[in-house]
This record gives sequence, structure tokens and C-alpha cells, in this order.
Amino acid sequence: MTATAARPALAAASVPLPASRRRRWLRRYGLASLGAAIILAWILVALLAPLILPYLPDTVEVTKRLQPPEAAHWLGTDALGRDDLTRLLYGARISLSTGFIVVVVGAVFGTLLGGIAAYARGAVEELIMRATDLVLCFPPIILALAIAAALGIGTTNTIIAMLVVWWPKFARLARSLVLVQRSHEYVEAATVVGLTPARILLRHIIPNAIGPLVVLVTLDVGNAIITFAGLSFLGLGVVPPTPEWGSMVAEGRELVEQWWVAAFPGLAILTIVLGFNFLGDGIRDWLDPKARRR
Amino acid sequence: MLRYVVSRLGLSVVMALLATLVIFLIANTVPGDPVLAQLGDVAASNKEFVAAWRAKYGLDLPLWERYFVFLKGLVHGDLGISIASQRPVLDDIEQFAPATLELASVGFLLALVVGIPLGIIAAVRRDSWIDHLARLVSLVGVSSPTFWLAFIMLALFYGGLQVAPGPGRLDPIAFPPPTVTGLYLVDTALAGDWAAFRDALAHLILPSLVLAAATLGLLTRTTRASMLESMQQDYVRMARAKGLSEWRVILGHVLPNALIPVVTLGGLAYANLLTGAVMTETVFSWPGLGRYTFTSAAALDFPAIMGITLIVAVTYLVINLLIDISYALMDPRVVR
Repeated sequence: MTATAARPALAAASVPLPASRRRRWLRRYGLASLGAAIILAWILVALLAPLILPYLPDTVEVTKRLQPPEAAHWLGTDALGRDDLTRLLYGARISLSTGFIVVVVGAVFGTLLGGIAAYARGAVEELIMRATDLVLCFPPIILALAIAAALGIGTTNTIIAMLVVWWPKFARLARSLVLVQRSHEYVEAATVVGLTPARILLRHIIPNAIGPLVVLVTLDVGNAIITFAGLSFLGLGVVPPTPEWGSMVAEGRELVEQWWVAAFPGLAILTIVLGFNFLGDGIRDWLDPKARRR
Repeated sequence: MLRYVVSRLGLSVVMALLATLVIFLIANTVPGDPVLAQLGDVAASNKEFVAAWRAKYGLDLPLWERYFVFLKGLVHGDLGISIASQRPVLDDIEQFAPATLELASVGFLLALVVGIPLGIIAAVRRDSWIDHLARLVSLVGVSSPTFWLAFIMLALFYGGLQVAPGPGRLDPIAFPPPTVTGLYLVDTALAGDWAAFRDALAHLILPSLVLAAATLGLLTRTTRASMLESMQQDYVRMARAKGLSEWRVILGHVLPNALIPVVTLGGLAYANLLTGAVMTETVFSWPGLGRYTFTSAAALDFPAIMGITLIVAVTYLVINLLIDISYALMDPRVVR
């Protein structure tokens, strides 16, 4: 996947292009590249936060409460006098890591279950797919909210609650993809050679079916970040004083005069989710020539 | 057709039953002990008192028996007593549902009225500036965290520019209209109180816009993609060859077929609006089901959370059933 994506990008970088070709490159890969750049920038900032910031995320300075953006505090300070920029950049660590964990673990579980369902057929398939339907008949945010409330506040518990509602869409997609692959001759060949079903599924079928799953995963990290921030906003995600974007918006919710407290963390969520959506959109265009925008 | 409807209905009933089981299991196998949550420390240390309390709420019965007690209650419309409000959960839900219904419906209408035409134009004028604008609007709409968008709108239009009214359904000093439907737009109109009607409408604008943002994005994208797909069909070339005007072709031939997936998505989106108003209602102090969900979750009011989750799941199932049936009506190939 990455190899095919890199080839046109490399060509574009090494050979000076005529204007029309450059425009076409921009139209085809511009949005996705922008998305990837935004995501990379956020990852970099999250990793380097301790090096580039003069403050710590939980240093309280009571005399500096609710300062508007200024030279010493670029994004102002919150109700406890903590530096908002510092909390914002440290917050990127929580949002990015929870987003990736939920989507990757959810995707692995869902793909395995969906793959097993499609490969085994019969009662196993029926059981797995009905369980999938059952979870999908709840609105995700409400079910996650109920489970998170039951488990108690905390990052791990919220991730678990999200995972419970996250795997079904991957299971559905994986099942349909594996069903298609299953009828191919190479599966028959692998069976004749005497490979075990687990090996056929994991080493042969799933690698061939993975393209659309990658798109869903990319698009979904943004969703997971928004959902986690939302649960945090509702008071169920992180335990204070952990800097997290959703809970930062919640802390500034009543402060309409001191708009910066809530505005910037939300803007951070918007940019990172936009990044994932740009990238996901672009990848979908490459993989699906019919939907490609010429 | 009838057989299809009956089988879909049966499936929905089975799913609803299973949903009650899921709710029950979440509520009854949580790590937290309800005794400690609901009794004070002093009462919880008295063993006899705890035993009596457990017996009173049936917590001493085996799990499967408790499930039947729970089901029996459900059949009688008993969703338990909310710990926070000390009222039956069903009463609470009945009180808060109209506010959400009104908000979600206005938001959905907004998303339809803007999203579908925008999607149509984007498809017809493909790759023009309006297509790019539509793409940007829909991506930003889908990517904005609702709770933040709600805050920004309030801070900007109420706090800053002061052109919009503040949170709530009516002016704080106004009296709510006599309750007929619980929908303020309808109730004020029925009472002939047009000042209150305008007030209610003004209070609806910001929250419904916020609620509509994500749905608008989805509708625009789906309409555009679906239009592009049906524009390539043979009957469209035929219609063009007949010499019909371009807009006749678009509105008369392309659109009706392109709308089928939009109906499916629209139905789901409406269900999501009804249930997804948690963030919007919380920020706008909108006294609906969403805010009730939030306050219940914040207070760990378990009977209330479970009641809402169940009601919402059933709403979801019903809307899905309606989508499937309307789908079958529009596209007879579905039934086979």
C-alpha cells in the first residue's frame, strides 16, 4: 500500500513538472498530503512537548488565572493559572494515543471476528454477525457512555467502553471482504496444499482483503478522537488534572468571556480530525478509481 | 411485501429483547456495588440494613431471576426510579423527549434543506469552486466536535455579537406555553402567542445549526456521490438524447434514483440526531433527553442511564425498520 502510494509522490518530487501536471498532482494527492502533514505535525509536537515548552501541564500559578493570550502565555491561562498551550500540546499525547489504540485494537478484533465468521460460515458466522448487529443497534456514543459510567471514570475504562462499541463495523466490513476472497482460487490451492484454516485466514486471505480496511482505519482515528474527547467533555474520560482536549473544553464551557480556555483545545480537535478525514478521503480516491475526482 | 415487513418486524422484536439483555447485564455486572453508591457509609456498614435493602430491591435473587423481574417491569412500562430525581425514569423521559424531538427535527430539516441541494449542485458542477466549497463544508462539518462548535456559536453570537438569544428554550423570564404536545413551536402557535413563538424559534436557531453541522456534511457527500453515480446510467444518456433540458434531466431522471441511498442515510442521521443531542443540549442548557443523559451520567444515576439507553436503542430499531420498509417500497428488487 505504502509502496504504491510513494511511487507517484517520489516522481513528483524528483522531476520538475509542467504546470498542468503539477496541478493534476495537487488535485489528486494535495488534500491527502495536507492531511498527512497535519497528522505528522501533531505527532511531532506531542512527542517534543517537554522540549519545546517552558512550563509543565499541571503547574498552578494562582496569580496568573485566566490571562488572555500574551507573549508569556501564547494561548492564555486557564482558571487555575495553568498555561493553556502547554496543556494543549500535552493533551495531543492523550488524544492521539487513545485514538490509535481504540481504532487499532478495535480493527484487529473486528477483522478477526469478521474473518472467522466469513471463513467458518454456519452457526459460528450466525453467532458473530448477530452479536455485531446487536451492538450496532445502539447509538455508539450512548452505549459507550453507559459502559463508561458503569466501569467508572478513567482513561483505561473509557478506552474499554469505546472498544465494546468499536469492533462491529470492522467485523462487518472484514466479513464481506473475506467472503469475496474466499471464492478465489488461491484459497482453494492453499487448502489443497494442506494449510490450516487459521494460517489461510491470517497469512493469505486477510492480507489480500486489507485495502478497504486501511481506509476505514484511517478515517476512523478521527472519529475515535472526537468520541473520546466527547466522553471526556461529559466527565467520563480522563481523571483531572490530566490535560485532555475534551475536558479542557468542558473546563472552559462556562467562560464565554474567557473564550480562549475552551476555543483552542476544540480547534486542536478540529484540525487533527480534519487531517485524518483529508487523508482518509484521499486514500479512498486512490483505491476506488470510480469515485476518483478527475 | 407483507412477508418481508413481518419478517423484518420479527427480527426487530428479537433485537429489542436482546438489547434489554445487554442493558441488564451492563447494569448488573458492573464492578461498582450499587449498595455503596446508594447508601451512605454508615448505613452500608450495618449488615442487617444492607441485607434488608438488597431484599427490597431484589438484589438478593440470582441473576436470571432478576432479569425476569426487570423484564416484567419493562412490560408494565417500569424503567425503575431515577436516583437523582427520585421519579420514575419513564416520567422523566416523557418530560424531556419533546424538547429533543423539536430540536432534532428542526436540525434535520436544516440539514436536508441545505445539504441535498448543495450535494446536487456539487455533482452537477463537478470540480467547480462550488464543488470544492461543498467538499470543504462537509469535511469541516463532519470534523468539528459538536460540544466545541456549540460553545463557539454561543460565545460568538450570544456573548460577542449579541444577535442570538442565550441558552434554554425560551427567554428566562417568559412562561412556557400551556403544554399540549411539549413542542414549543406547536404549543405557542396553538395558543396564538406569536411573541412566544418567535422567542422559541430564535432559541432554536443556534442549537439546531450546531446539531445539523455533521449531518449536513454527510448528506452533502452522499447526495453528491449518489448523483454522480446515477448520472452515468444509460437512461440518463437516453434522456439527454431525447433532447430534454439539462435541469429536466437532473431533476426528473437523475435525482429520483440518486435519492434512494440518501433516504437510508437520512433516516439513520435522524436517529443519530435524536440520540446524539447529548453535547448540544448540554452546552445550550436544552432541557431534553440529551442533557438528561449527561446529568444522569455525571451523577452515575444508573437506572436513568439504563432507561435512556434502552429507549434510544428501541428508537434506533424502529427507525431502521422504517428505513428498510421504505427502501423496499422505493426499490422492489430488495424484497425479491
